Amino acid sequence: MMTAGADTLRVTGLAAGYRGRPVIRNLDLPLLNAGEVHSLIGPNAAGKSTLMRALAGLLPATGSAFLGERALLKLPLAERARFITYMPQTLPQGVALTVLETVISALRASPVSEVSLDSHAASRRALHVLDRIGIAHLAMEGLDRLSGGQRQLASLAQALVREPRVLLLDEPISALDLQYQLRVMKLVRELAREHGMIVLVVLHDLQVAARWSDGVVVLSHGKVVATGTPAQAITPDVLARVYEVSARVEHCSNGTLQIMVDDVLQAGQR
Amino acid sequence: MVDTETISQRHAPEQVLNAYQRLIARRVVIVAGLGFACVLAFMLDLATGPSSLTPQQVLTGLLSRDSLTPAQAAIIWQVRLPYALMAVLVGAALSLAGAEMQTILNNPLASPFTLGVSSAASFGAALAIVLGVSLPHVPADWVISLNAFLCAFGSVLLLQLLARMRGAGVETVVLFGIALVFAFNALVAFVQFISSQEALQQLVFWSMGSLSRATWGNVYVLLAVILIVVPFSMYAARGLTSLRLGEDRARSFGVNVSRLRFFSLLRVSTLAATSVAFVGTIGFIGLVGPHIARLLLGEDHRFLLPASLLTGALIMSLASVASKTLVPGVLMPVGIVTAIVGVPVFLLLIFKRPERA
Repeated sequence: MMTAGADTLRVTGLAAGYRGRPVIRNLDLPLLNAGEVHSLIGPNAAGKSTLMRALAGLLPATGSAFLGERALLKLPLAERARFITYMPQTLPQGVALTVLETVISALRASPVSEVSLDSHAASRRALHVLDRIGIAHLAMEGLDRLSGGQRQLASLAQALVREPRVLLLDEPISALDLQYQLRVMKLVRELAREHGMIVLVVLHDLQVAARWSDGVVVLSHGKVVATGTPAQAITPDVLARVYEVSARVEHCSNGTLQIMVDDVLQAGQR
Repeated sequence: MVDTETISQRHAPEQVLNAYQRLIARRVVIVAGLGFACVLAFMLDLATGPSSLTPQQVLTGLLSRDSLTPAQAAIIWQVRLPYALMAVLVGAALSLAGAEMQTILNNPLASPFTLGVSSAASFGAALAIVLGVSLPHVPADWVISLNAFLCAFGSVLLLQLLARMRGAGVETVVLFGIALVFAFNALVAFVQFISSQEALQQLVFWSMGSLSRATWGNVYVLLAVILIVVPFSMYAARGLTSLRLGEDRARSFGVNVSRLRFFSLLRVSTLAATSVAFVGTIGFIGLVGPHIARLLLGEDHRFLLPASLLTGALIMSLASVASKTLVPGVLMPVGIVTAIVGVPVFLLLIFKRPERA
């Protein structure tokens, strides 16, 4: 098991995009602390995935991203992969591997710790992660024979097994049923606390974001529009500006937020 | 709906790990079985031919030359053995190349020839045949092979260069490859158009793919290429397996996908170009060998790569046998026969495969 790290992630002046099409420019994130879960929300094409891919090293980026004293953007891919893992939203198709094999493969793709060198220890850890997610019974199933939701859980296991310092999840619950949405968010928060992991998760369900995050970052057109605790960042005003909807946000007596979206704003109301 | 039973209720971790160990053991057995089948097919290939030699004679002849008449010894050592070895080596090389190609291009329809390797080789051979190029102290056959190899390898380097200039995405590589296929096919057609009747005939026969050009020299060269390439392929196996989970995932797990793809393409082109240079175009093996291996034991490349290699060698050996026996007394070009032998096996496996969810 990884020792709890107390490093923070500090992202400032980040710019990234695709050939001839910059998506995010001069972006600052609030300080992300070890053990915290932060949700990244915003409309389609706001630059959420671009931000994640840039942090994971899948896109060239300028600016700075410091994990503790480590300048992440300057690290080569294999080195960076020791600290950061990114779970993409797309799921692979037509893969003739068992679920357990995919998780072992994720762990052993590049050395992350001594565990990835020992095949027996690697399969043990892979199975442990599947168990925590609640899909150990699918370990020997072929990935291709699973439903979309089950494959999404397998994909999560592939990311978690590397026990990264920074975990980037791109819509990890979009294909899951209610129970598994809850299970996954709960597990992610538990693991963040246990291992001192920093989690940044893209979510479209604001209710889930409000319920399970320590902090929320609202992104629109490649810029940070609002940050803070869920109650600070998710307000009717922000939702109107970013999603162009009229919504109410209620504070329940149990401390949770209830977000009720009433309608799409008409041109004159924006 | 996801089953909510937990591991402790139904599947103890030890049971799952044991099942995984059994799966690994099964794969080792399958790979060993394929190796054994290859040896049998190779022996059958050796024992088959127009001249009447019994299998016992062939076997004892291999162990001690003295038991044979000089004519029999010549048949076995100068004809059948290089042919049979060439069949095994070409099948192995093309099928291994196909397995890597399908993974790095993330395309089950890819084969070593997808990106124009065989078209370029044909063009090189056509140039040598039609222009009658000769080098001092080099046999004419070798000039054709050498030219075929140079063109094939050159085309892949050109492809790599183009892909680098535009960013090495899979689609880009495939598009450039398709452009190269058409360009070289047009050039071959042009050379055919201007060539003499005799050269044209030679050219058509060359492009059919035949083991009759096998010599000990060719066998040694191809064997050396395979022996050099295989360890590098096996070293890349882990990265290739994780690439099956998607490029973003593999990169996020620390795999340098551009480099993996570059060196894999280099291996594929070396294997394919050398094979094509010696035996002409044999299309089916590189596509189907890896598929059969995948159906048998999945996509853990530690097993898929050696199994593909063996499957290719097996099909090619059987095709070689068929090429000698389908029409009695006639040695058909093996390129024609490979599909006839391979398709039934392939169909059988597809129909036996469990359905996907």
